[in-house]
Amino acid sequence: MLNWGLIGPPMLAAFLASIVEAVEALTVVLAVGATRGWKSAVAGAVLALGVLLALVAILGPALSLIPLTLLQLVVGTLLLLFGMRWLRKAILRAAGVLALHDEAAAYQTRMAAMQKHGAASGGWDTVAISTAFQITLLEGVEVVFIVIAVSAGGPGLLIPASLAAIAAVVVVVLLGLIVHQPLSRVPENTLKFVVGILLSAFGAFWAGAGLGVAWPGDDWSILALVGGFAVVALVSVIGCRGLAARKAVAS
Amino acid sequence: MSWLKRILDEAIGLFVDDGAFALAIVVCVAVVGALTLWVSAVRPYCGPILFVGLAAILVESALRRARK
Repeated sequence: MLNWGLIGPPMLAAFLASIVEAVEALTVVLAVGATRGWKSAVAGAVLALGVLLALVAILGPALSLIPLTLLQLVVGTLLLLFGMRWLRKAILRAAGVLALHDEAAAYQTRMAAMQKHGAASGGWDTVAISTAFQITLLEGVEVVFIVIAVSAGGPGLLIPASLAAIAAVVVVVLLGLIVHQPLSRVPENTLKFVVGILLSAFGAFWAGAGLGVAWPGDDWSILALVGGFAVVALVSVIGCRGLAARKAVAS
Repeated sequence: MSWLKRILDEAIGLFVDDGAFALAIVVCVAVVGALTLWVSAVRPYCGPILFVGLAAILVESALRRARK
């Protein structure tokens, strides 16, 4: 029987983070496809997905060779760097200090950049293939890192987290096929805010576990850390909003 | 090979965009590691200490950026 209390949080983190990354990749692949042809755009994206799957297939089992405490310390610290960076940016965006990411604007910018390369030839278009390959690989590497990192807490977590990430990519691709335009209505910053909280909590828990910290309540501490980071993030948004408003009045 | 360099830059950028923020996180983890190892009296409180340290770093960094 599945222990949803154990596999649920990593699956949720992998799913939501993968939605964010897949939406960003989809925007570029759509822009490439619309301007230079779908055959090459899809080929570039599929090629990158193949590289990413190979990466998971190699790295996933290789991690089991590293002692668990060392793995938890390294992955936990990397998760903290990654998750708290996302959370900080999401706080600043929610407070109005940084502009929100605009998928529609990113789509237009990418379309204009693609058109500058001139007309595509009839066969395989290297500009389209390499652009779609690069963006899918770049965003995909983030997904691979998150999947592997959130799976580091236990031996049976890699497959559920991978399935959650694949489900997210499938959802985004299907939506992209249906609407045929960037998914600008996806609340990207809210997702980043939530994922930032989850990854920061996982990172703190595993870095602590790797250091030999005895967390009260063991795995249940993760929920307390999620609540703690959520409160801190919300308070930070209020504080940053106040500072931004004061700065606007002064200028 | 510029695409490879770009991918490497992006990979580093996944973890570091504000150097002081990233360094503070690493130092906080290292300090808690030292406490866990050498100060047995605070060992039971190292989990909460790690969380409070990280929370303080997050709030300070966000407020500092908002003040700029």
